Amino acid sequence: MNIELFEIWAKHGDTMLKALGEHVFLAVTAVFLGMLVAIPLGIWLVDRDRYAKYVLGGVGVIQTIPSLALFGLVLPFLGIGTRPALFVLMLYSILPILRNTYTGIKEVSPVYVEAGKGMGMSRFQLLGYVELPLALPVIMAGIRISIVYIIAWATLAAAIGAGGLGDLIFGGIAVYDYDLIMAGAVPAAILALVASWLLGALEKVVTPKGIRRS
Amino acid sequence: MVIFDRVSKQYEDGHEAVKEFSLEVKDGEFLVMIGPSGCGKTTTLKMVNRLIEPTSGTIYIGQKDITKEDPVKLRREIGYVIQDIGLFPNMAIEQNIDIVPRLLGWSKEKRKQRVDELLSLVEMDPEVYAKRYPSELSGGQQQRIGVLRALAVEPPLILMDEPFGALDPITRDNLQEEFKVLQKKLNKTIIFVTHDMDEALKLADRIVLMKDGEIVQVGSPDELVNSPADEFVSTFIGSSRMENYKRSETR
Ligand SMILES: Nc1ncnc2c1ncn2[C@@H]1O[C@H](COP(=O)(O)OP(=O)(O)O)[C@@H](O)[C@H]1O
Ligand SMILES: [Mg+2]
Repeated sequence: MNIELFEIWAKHGDTMLKALGEHVFLAVTAVFLGMLVAIPLGIWLVDRDRYAKYVLGGVGVIQTIPSLALFGLVLPFLGIGTRPALFVLMLYSILPILRNTYTGIKEVSPVYVEAGKGMGMSRFQLLGYVELPLALPVIMAGIRISIVYIIAWATLAAAIGAGGLGDLIFGGIAVYDYDLIMAGAVPAAILALVASWLLGALEKVVTPKGIRRS
Repeated sequence: MVIFDRVSKQYEDGHEAVKEFSLEVKDGEFLVMIGPSGCGKTTTLKMVNRLIEPTSGTIYIGQKDITKEDPVKLRREIGYVIQDIGLFPNMAIEQNIDIVPRLLGWSKEKRKQRVDELLSLVEMDPEVYAKRYPSELSGGQQQRIGVLRALAVEPPLILMDEPFGALDPITRDNLQEEFKVLQKKLNKTIIFVTHDMDEALKLADRIVLMKDGEIVQVGSPDELVNSPADEFVSTFIGSSRMENYKRSETR
């Protein structure tokens, strides 16, 4: 098995590196865009329970659409290539981050919220001094879940010509080349593990000192 | 200092928690509100810093109708200590103490000086404690910080909701003594909520005894013990406590 992997590397190394680069770009950009949407939206929903149910529900529905189908659905509007792939992947990345931002803030103990208000914090200061720092580990966990999913789903982006490790997998399936499939699948799996580990480490770093579990 | 003028609070579910509450709290007075659980003490207290809005009636602080003030600004001028302590776990002790000064935009030097000053006030060495986190302190130490936090910008008025309720009896006793001395020194107006009669008798200049959202009796500890208004008051104080109190007074 090890020898086999080395052979694959020797044969497809260059393609693999290029595909890996594209894959990382797709996943990181998509999750970053997802964060830009999900975090402000999650914060906005905190004081708007009436909308929260519908928005979270609606975003949840997107999650249930099979990704290949969603790639197909945006095809007529956005065509093929990197842009539609980023758009679809971003949609998928929103839910875990949105849900964790919303519930993370909601679950901050009312004791701290009352203390903050009672001290004379404005809504914005309460968020900045108390709610966001205390919710940060939960939000980070959402980002972590999101990036692991997106790394897996980004392999499907190759179906609409966005490149990435999926190129190797689809290519391998097309010509029934087992090595080529492995050349795409193994790096994708490793990438997901590494990303999860990195974000876990980052989560520890950004967790406010007083609430870190040792 | 603080005037309650026929203040009532009815919650959305129709429950009348406070009924026509009228009272004048004097400058520098240590006023204790006491009564059985659910009698409306917390509701009354939170109406003073507008965490709860009255359904009817008016509260004045130093002649000014508080509904005419910006609630955020109002709260920064009133000290507030809650039962659950509520120190922010993500902030070191110094950051907890100087939160209101930060909100008010004090300089770093002035804030540091104030933190040191306050910690020394309760004999906690700033070198040792300023950088610690709340979880690294005992319950008694945490509530000392909770009190210091309320004192940081020297508000003339401080609201305290069962501040020592969650502490063990010995720590509670110590903190009560400490706080009594502190209050004499600082000369603040304090509205203090408790359900513990011993605490009330020990700390209060004046006691307000409440029941079902209404005032039953207002008076000094002496007055309550020596001339309870009715059966409820004397039962609430308890006969043995009355005996003890009278005995210690004559001594
Ligand atoms: N947010 C609320 N909604 C409805 N009822 C409440 C609310 N807060 C308190 N109450 C009720 O109002 C009454 C007085 O409560 P509270 O002021 O907390 O009493 P105390 O502090 O004396 O124990 C209680 O019966 C309580 O159940
Ligand atoms: Mg209460």
